[in-house]
Amino acid sequence: MKTDARTTVWLAVKLLARDWRAGELTVLVTALLVAVTALTGVAFLTDRVGQAVEMRAAESLAADLRLSSNQPIDPDYAGLAARSGLETARVTSMPSVVFSGEANTLAAVRAVTAGYPLRGYLKTSNRLLSDVTQTDEVPGPGEAWASTRLMARLGVDTGAALEVGGAQLTLTRVLDFRPDEGWSFVDLAPTLLINDADLESTQLIQPGSRVSHQLLFAGSRSAVDRLKPLLQEQLKDSENLRDIGDTSPQIRSSMDRSGRFLNLASLVSVLLAAVAVAMAARRYSHRHRDRIALMKCMGASQRLIFRSSLLQLLMLALAGGVIGAFFGYLSQWGLAWLMRDFIGQALPAPGLQPVVLGLVTALSIMGGFALPDLAQMGKTPPLRVLRQDLDPPPLRYGISWLAGVAAVLGLLLWIMRDTRLVLSIFAGASATFVALGAAGWLLVKSLRGFRGAAGIAWRYGLANLSRRGKESVAQIVAFGLGLMVLLLLSTVRTQLMDTWRQSLPENAPNQFLINIQPHEVDAMAAFLAERQIEAPAFVPLVRARMTAINGEDVTQMTFEDPQGERWARRDSNLSWTSTLQADNRVVGGEFWQPEFIGSEVSVEQDFGQELGLSLGDSVAFDIAGENVTATVTSFRTVEWDSFSPNFFMVFSPGVLEPFPATYITSLYVEESGRDAVLDLMRNFPSVTAIDLDAVLSQVRDVMDKAALAVQAVFIFTLLAGVTVLWAAVQATRDERRYESAMLRTFGASKKRVLGGAATEFVAIGLLAGLLASAGATLAGYLLATRLFELDYTVSVTLWLAGPLAGMLFVGVSGMAATWRVITHAPVSVLRTA
Amino acid sequence: MDTSETENSGSALKARQLSKQVSSPEGVLTILDNVSLEVRQGESIAIVGASGAGKSTLLGLLAGLDVPSRGKIWLGDDEITALDEDGRAALRANNVGFVFQSFHLISSLTALENVMLPLELAGVEHAAEAARQALRTVGLEPRRRHYPHQLSGGEKQRVAIARAFVVEPEVLFADEPTGNLDKRTGETVIDLLFRMNRETRTTLVLVTHDLDLAARCDRVLYMDAGQIERETNGHNGGTESSPQEAAQ
Ligand SMILES: Nc1ncnc2c1ncn2[C@@H]1O[C@H](COP(=O)(O)OP(=O)(O)OP(=O)(O)O)[C@@H](O)[C@H]1O
Ligand SMILES: [Mg+2]
Repeated sequence: MKTDARTTVWLAVKLLARDWRAGELTVLVTALLVAVTALTGVAFLTDRVGQAVEMRAAESLAADLRLSSNQPIDPDYAGLAARSGLETARVTSMPSVVFSGEANTLAAVRAVTAGYPLRGYLKTSNRLLSDVTQTDEVPGPGEAWASTRLMARLGVDTGAALEVGGAQLTLTRVLDFRPDEGWSFVDLAPTLLINDADLESTQLIQPGSRVSHQLLFAGSRSAVDRLKPLLQEQLKDSENLRDIGDTSPQIRSSMDRSGRFLNLASLVSVLLAAVAVAMAARRYSHRHRDRIALMKCMGASQRLIFRSSLLQLLMLALAGGVIGAFFGYLSQWGLAWLMRDFIGQALPAPGLQPVVLGLVTALSIMGGFALPDLAQMGKTPPLRVLRQDLDPPPLRYGISWLAGVAAVLGLLLWIMRDTRLVLSIFAGASATFVALGAAGWLLVKSLRGFRGAAGIAWRYGLANLSRRGKESVAQIVAFGLGLMVLLLLSTVRTQLMDTWRQSLPENAPNQFLINIQPHEVDAMAAFLAERQIEAPAFVPLVRARMTAINGEDVTQMTFEDPQGERWARRDSNLSWTSTLQADNRVVGGEFWQPEFIGSEVSVEQDFGQELGLSLGDSVAFDIAGENVTATVTSFRTVEWDSFSPNFFMVFSPGVLEPFPATYITSLYVEESGRDAVLDLMRNFPSVTAIDLDAVLSQVRDVMDKAALAVQAVFIFTLLAGVTVLWAAVQATRDERRYESAMLRTFGASKKRVLGGAATEFVAIGLLAGLLASAGATLAGYLLATRLFELDYTVSVTLWLAGPLAGMLFVGVSGMAATWRVITHAPVSVLRTA
Repeated sequence: MDTSETENSGSALKARQLSKQVSSPEGVLTILDNVSLEVRQGESIAIVGASGAGKSTLLGLLAGLDVPSRGKIWLGDDEITALDEDGRAALRANNVGFVFQSFHLISSLTALENVMLPLELAGVEHAAEAARQALRTVGLEPRRRHYPHQLSGGEKQRVAIARAFVVEPEVLFADEPTGNLDKRTGETVIDLLFRMNRETRTTLVLVTHDLDLAARCDRVLYMDAGQIERETNGHNGGTESSPQEAAQ
């Protein structure tokens, strides 16, 4: 016979089309689509959210790159940027006294060119306390915009005439917000924003005056990436280039967490969908044994059958991959719409990459979870046409599952590139699977004892449950898994998200006080206590420069991480403490005991990595001309988003005390208590207060939007869970249909058959629900404590919801599946092909 | 292929000293014991016998669906016992049709698609037209879009007959084709089977319990405990002969 390629393809296409029409592929294809959509949707979204968050971060720079210097900046840089297609803006700032009539006060005068800020927006109002609006403009020549604080100090409103150096300016608007308010040390005085054109007439730029020159760059990511190395090459010693990677660790920390949530959601979706694919493939292969035997009987070779099965699988995977990626693309638009305020500016259009991702996903899932069953189906002996009991040789489950696990694991590692996360989730999922299986088996066994307890329906239902031992366990595991994820989503997720938000509480410190002299500490504590501002911890700070690691001169060392090199060349802030701060956690080595005195240092983990430090290394510092050495004895992680003062390097008591230190602290001051801060500054003139409200609100914003995105992505996980439940109901549907028909043929009443089925399904649902509650609790606990470093509280609702939802959902869907059989004449079911 | 053995020109099917043994918990079980037979081109034979006599086993071997423990089988000029699984399948594709007791229509395919399937497997072009013609012959063309569950048992079997004849097989194997049908429907189906057998000059190997039905064949082989016990001429004749004679 002609088993040429055309026949194979033709056959595969036709059979697939016919199967599709007959609804044989619905569950399989749905599961596949869910997996691909979830993965590509998240890939799209993480990329876009990542970009959006970066943009937010860029706003705190007011640019993508920011070059600062205390010398005028070479205009060549701006030319270079223009040639690379980047926008630029200039900011020149200096402290100056501003006069309005008799009143005067120190202000940070910032002269800006049009276009400033290149990222983010200025917010202004026409009068004090009137409506605040966003603007694209900058003050025109002869105009000045002043911050509320400055206007309050001068006691003026808009319209007032101001004198800045030699220039006469009109105060035209209230500057309520600028994105780069940040907390850099130059910006301590209230801001006066003027036009760059007026800079000369102010005559403020004199030799010896403290002027900071900044050049801002912004443009497409690729243009920025191209420009950055060019700039770095030409950078002078006095110049410093910052990009968004250097901005506040608080925002990055929030971003990391949301990234983990997103990855977790898509990972769980893929695993669940893969389980559904496996179940659907099993059912499909069972249903098609007769067809295979018949085709062989008609002369189809083993090879033809295998090839056409493989081809069908490929076509399904291809279609699933492309369509799923398309859905992923669509859903991503939906998500982007949800986050429209947050994303703001248009983002670069997504490329073809997610399509490739979708195809790879579909191929690995189909290859890993559906292929073993389909290949086995091809081995059905042709003699089955004469002897119905002849099945293909049993599938080696070990091998088939290994294939699936390897495929999905490989895929996830490739996508997430986070070995630890993937492996730990995977280990957790496998353990859950095994635990659910074992528990389900025990429960099914123990049910036998209840059989004599009640009526016939009850007995028949439970008898069925234990007779179909293996299938029942499989169903309980599948239902349990699906339910568990749903529970985890509906209760634990909100808990986790709330806890996450609470990690930045309403009263997170919003004021930093720095430069507190040692002799002022007690007086200030008393001052704050008097005003009922919570007495904070005063943390000592010593400025130092790193000189050597393990005796090797750091200026001669090469660092693998360029960030490490920057740290080594820069002044460091060191602190010491006898006890670990509450928002720190030791992840390597051991922190000293409270009474310990000696020369040890505890290093923040990422910082240590960037410097290439390991436990036992010695680090040397130059402090006020003296050399100090300490041994690294522990690594810590720091919750940067707690907004408490934190340090990369914390020493044990006994090293830094002799050196001149200043103290820093952080406070939460309510909006109404702002005058207390002004009071404080009057009483302690050398102390500097830094207002963190702007940064705080940025971080809160990032958290809220990221949380929204994460919740949206969890919809996929939900869908995957439902698909698993669906596949589980479908798996035994044929058998149930047949059995109910038989029972009715033998004279059982509808009610009785229904009762029996109800008992069985409700029991399965109950067991699955119990397991799901247990699993969700455990998973929630582990996720909270291990992955997200949050506290976890056990929920009673969860323990009620699991069994209830299980009984209801499995009961109803199971009944729905058998309902038609029971209401229709049994003969229609017994009439087989 | 062993050409020295192909002296059986004119015979459509030939078996020599077939035995089939299977292992069971009680040890090796001989379910077919030294069976020989020969069927001429265009001839129809019936295999009858009690349940468990080994009829289906013999049919499965003759059609190349299974391999004998001992003995040789020729289908036309080809020795199928010398072929591997795929070789036997290729031979079946061109030479053999089947009709089964339980119809074996594919439930996800329509009547027409069921009939098309063997043509498609053989890579035949215009499968749909040929299949439609075959359905017309069995009087079911108007039902071609119906699925098996929408057809009665007799109709299903007629579709199966159309499917068997559509490839114009040399040999048609039928295992109790009326086993699942009532007497009247069974007769209609059998009439159809014999009519098409005559028209296409197909060789027919029919397994049945029904002695009346068997008598409509040219020859009847009686099986018991895995052996051919005796043989009679069909067409309600009655000359007995020994299996040895029949095999020569
Ligand atoms: N693979 C096998 N393993 C064990 N026993 C087998 C096997 N195949 C067939 N048998 C046995 O061989 C005997 C003959 O089986 P076969 O199906 O050929 O009988 P049959 O004549 O077709 O019966 P029926 O009229 O009931 O269909 C039976 O006893 C059967 O149980
Ligand atoms: Mg039989």
